[in-house]
Amino acid sequence: MPLLVDTLLRVEHLTMRFGGLVAVDDLSFDVREGNITALIGPNGAGKTTVFNCITGFYKPSEGRLGLRHGKPAVWDALEPLTDSGARRRVHADGTLFLLERMPDYLVARQARVARTFQNIRLFPGMTALENLIVAQHNRLMLASGYTLLGVLGFPSYARAERAAMERARAWLDRIGLLARADDPAGALAYGAQRRLEIARAMCTQPVLLCLDEPAAGLNPRESAELNQLLRTIRDEDGVSVLLIEHDMSVVMEISDHVIVLDYGVKIADGAPETVRNDAKVIAAYLGLGDEEAKIEAEIGS
Amino acid sequence: MDYFVQQIINGVTLGSIYGLIAIGYTMVFGIIGMVNFAHGDVFMTSAFIALITFLILTTLFGITSIAVSLFIMLITAMLFTSLINWAIERIAYRPLRGSFRLAPLISAIGMSIFLSNFVQVSQGPLNKSIPPIVQGEFVLFRHASYPVTLSYKQVIIWGITAVLLAAFWFLVARTRLGRAQRACEQDQKMAALVGIDVDRTIAATFVIAAALAAVAGTMYVMYYGVVSFADGFVPGVKAFTAAVLGGIGSLPGAVVGGLLIGLIETLWSAYFSIDYKDVAAFSVLAITLIFLPQGLFGRPDVEKV
Amino acid sequence: MTVLANSAGKGGRVEEGAIARDRNRFVAAATDASLTALIAFGLFLPLIGFETVQNINEVLVLRTRWPFLFSLVAIIGAGRLAYVLVVPPWLARRAARPIAAEPPAWRVAVARWFVPCAIGFVVAYPLMVAWALGLRGSLKWIDNFGIQILIYVMLGWGLNIVVGLAGLLDLGYVAFYAVGAYSYALLATHFGLAFWILLPLAGILASFWGILLGFPVLRLRGDYLAIVTLAFGEIIRMVLINWVALTNGYAGISGIPRPSFFGIPFNADDNGFAAVFGLPFSPIYRTIFLYYIIMALALLTCFVTVRLRRLPVGRAWEALREDEIACRSLGINTTNTKLTAFAMGAMFAGFAGSFFAARQSFISPESFTFLESATILSIVVLGGMGSQLGVAIAAIVMIGGTEITRQLDFLKEIFGPTFDPTQYRMLIVGFAMVVIMVWRPRGLITTRAPSVYLKVRKTIAADLVKEGRG
Repeated sequence: MPLLVDTLLRVEHLTMRFGGLVAVDDLSFDVREGNITALIGPNGAGKTTVFNCITGFYKPSEGRLGLRHGKPAVWDALEPLTDSGARRRVHADGTLFLLERMPDYLVARQARVARTFQNIRLFPGMTALENLIVAQHNRLMLASGYTLLGVLGFPSYARAERAAMERARAWLDRIGLLARADDPAGALAYGAQRRLEIARAMCTQPVLLCLDEPAAGLNPRESAELNQLLRTIRDEDGVSVLLIEHDMSVVMEISDHVIVLDYGVKIADGAPETVRNDAKVIAAYLGLGDEEAKIEAEIGS
Repeated sequence: MDYFVQQIINGVTLGSIYGLIAIGYTMVFGIIGMVNFAHGDVFMTSAFIALITFLILTTLFGITSIAVSLFIMLITAMLFTSLINWAIERIAYRPLRGSFRLAPLISAIGMSIFLSNFVQVSQGPLNKSIPPIVQGEFVLFRHASYPVTLSYKQVIIWGITAVLLAAFWFLVARTRLGRAQRACEQDQKMAALVGIDVDRTIAATFVIAAALAAVAGTMYVMYYGVVSFADGFVPGVKAFTAAVLGGIGSLPGAVVGGLLIGLIETLWSAYFSIDYKDVAAFSVLAITLIFLPQGLFGRPDVEKV
Repeated sequence: MTVLANSAGKGGRVEEGAIARDRNRFVAAATDASLTALIAFGLFLPLIGFETVQNINEVLVLRTRWPFLFSLVAIIGAGRLAYVLVVPPWLARRAARPIAAEPPAWRVAVARWFVPCAIGFVVAYPLMVAWALGLRGSLKWIDNFGIQILIYVMLGWGLNIVVGLAGLLDLGYVAFYAVGAYSYALLATHFGLAFWILLPLAGILASFWGILLGFPVLRLRGDYLAIVTLAFGEIIRMVLINWVALTNGYAGISGIPRPSFFGIPFNADDNGFAAVFGLPFSPIYRTIFLYYIIMALALLTCFVTVRLRRLPVGRAWEALREDEIACRSLGINTTNTKLTAFAMGAMFAGFAGSFFAARQSFISPESFTFLESATILSIVVLGGMGSQLGVAIAAIVMIGGTEITRQLDFLKEIFGPTFDPTQYRMLIVGFAMVVIMVWRPRGLITTRAPSVYLKVRKTIAADLVKEGRG
């Protein structure tokens, strides 16, 4: 596969084994900058495992995960970087990362890949506002002089905290939760929790946002709002989105690019229209014999 | 070499006692996911009950048969200790089931403090020693001047431990109660839905744990002939170490872990430093938890994201 | 009885039914109580019914205590009967009562003024006691109640950072207390360094040990972490016992210099504190001075903790307690975050330890047993994890309560001269821990105050706040 100029994340030969089980088998795909890319497939296809590999929660058994910041020219460093054994290479016009070499928190902090979770992982005992402030931890930590200046009450920290509050407030406004800012996250309705988790991930100022089933459990109206939110994240914030989704109405409506997984193997890759008519994809869904999968496939086609 | 063989014999004896206590930890942890901190003190209490039974038998009834008195000691200690552990579960742990996760641990620590102080207050702070119940030994072989011996009481400990472990294994593997226990270990809600009385199963687990601890307690009194109210904590932690080393939740693991801890402790005392023998046990605990948290026979714990 | 009273006005038939129901209830309660008494009899038969004592030939013999056993069983049975008859109806009545929507005004006022008043009281306490009881009589009250409680308040607040905020269960906290105490004792006796130099040094050494011990264990979770910290705590204590060349083993270190009043010693000499200030000599001045040192240290602990909670590091601690995986997904280095919590908690324990050594002038490994760790942890859990005020109240209840049992000499007049109430101290403490956990598993103060707010600061109900998985 040739490297396209707008490739943001390049997954090559990703394989993940758990003991004897091969959850992801030799998977390769690209996520392009400014796109919403959907990763779909029947239950147990290995989608979340791919996410966990990209975000550093699992160390892949094999494969390379390259991510670029800055100009496309940094891709030229891919082979030298791989050979050097380093995690990243900084250039004048950008940085190239090899995500499989980085621990989870560095993937978020340095490579700026943010994620949400299939079963929402908010901080339920902290308020919605606090959730968004915690997401800005690293910037605030720096501003507080690793706590020292903060304890002494230096003004630089107060400034940084005000800015963080401002960003949090703006995001709460965008997801329609400004009035609930001081309520604990655990007390919010399910749909609101989903939106808050996305806002929290966005508060880390990522280049790539990975969403694990963002529409699960949402009603049609909330689902439509989510579509709108994801579009603005792509178009206004300029953040690329990679999402796992079962809700085909979401996938087909908003994604620019769809990758279909089945039993850890990629069976289709392309624009939504091409994928939905792909014989293998239909077979994978129908072949499940599962009523729900049938319905999903019907909605899709 | 002779010295070494002798230490192995001693270590296995000590290890049998630890193994019996360790089963209690591992069973309770398996079924309700809690470190039963008071278990060491339950063991100590059972040793006192065995000791008192022995005195009742010898001084009040004048029974001289060793076999009869040992048997009655064992049964009495098992009965009363089971009752005590049943009551502990009922009072201190059952009301906290499904609540804040630290609460049962604190409650167990409270129970541990209560039990050891209860024994101290009711029986006095001094060491309680009795004349040896079982005397005599087999001389296995003798090189130069050093005889390698296997004492009768060691044989008794090995024998009783083996018989009880077999009975216990049968109980867990082959009976309805054992199946209920394993079901509760997997999923208490589901077990309740298919008609298992979860409360009763957990209570039974505590009763069995206490009965095995009581066997260990009786053996302890017979072997050492002395016990004090403070003898619960350190053997308790060592038995817990054994459970962790074997893989917490695994019953054969608890026994193997107990034997290993007994051997490590005995060999450490024999060849390195008797002062630091407890340090050795605690270090094994720390090292196991850090480097092999699933133990020898436990299932690895995969982090769910 | 209440059923009877409630239905009295509704005609005779209802009343008869109520009487029958009441009788049934009584029979059920009596059955329950007899069963409880029977179980109590079984529980106490071996250990209370018989006492093992050494006779004149140092041979163990048995003595029976039947009257004691039966009266204990009778008391338990009667207590159970009263409980069954009284508590469920009372609970039913309480549940029926409507819950007020707004707390009454006086409660709001109390909540607002409680903390300033409490601080004022703590500052004025030694002077008030000295004024009320005279210099000689107040010593016990300032030392045993004032200083002793404040040490545990400080330790509780220190451990609260680790357990309450970061959600890391630490059962070996006393090790850092010991490191602080031995650092001060050894450096002061060998090198003659002053208290005020060694105090920060002891804190730094303790936090260094916190990091050293914390590093390998912090990836463990929950109970496992608790047990490893317990093991480390015990290992440190055993090293203190066995490394006689350094620590003098069980005998401990004595003659540890005490802090001076900015260079002026508290003694009866001409340049002593009393002489310099023209006062008659009394040991109480030193005690009062020590009281204010530990008060200042405790308040410092509290101040720093409150401050840290509003800084990124404190928020990261709380986030860690709530969900570690989410923290990592936000780019938070959880290992460092845990280590800072461990080091910070250890540092305050180190401060408290060096104060302890300076106050006692003698330390031995006996002061740093697992029981101490358990006591401090129960203060934190009993107070309500994360709540500064709750921890302070719990320390007062637990330590004050145990100190009071030392003062129960009048009981000797009831139970005879051989009765020693201090024996029952830990018995009561242990049982109280169980009872309090069953009564309030989340501690006294269960709500969480948010660290930052947009419009209003709302307290967060306990059931939403996670307890941490280690």
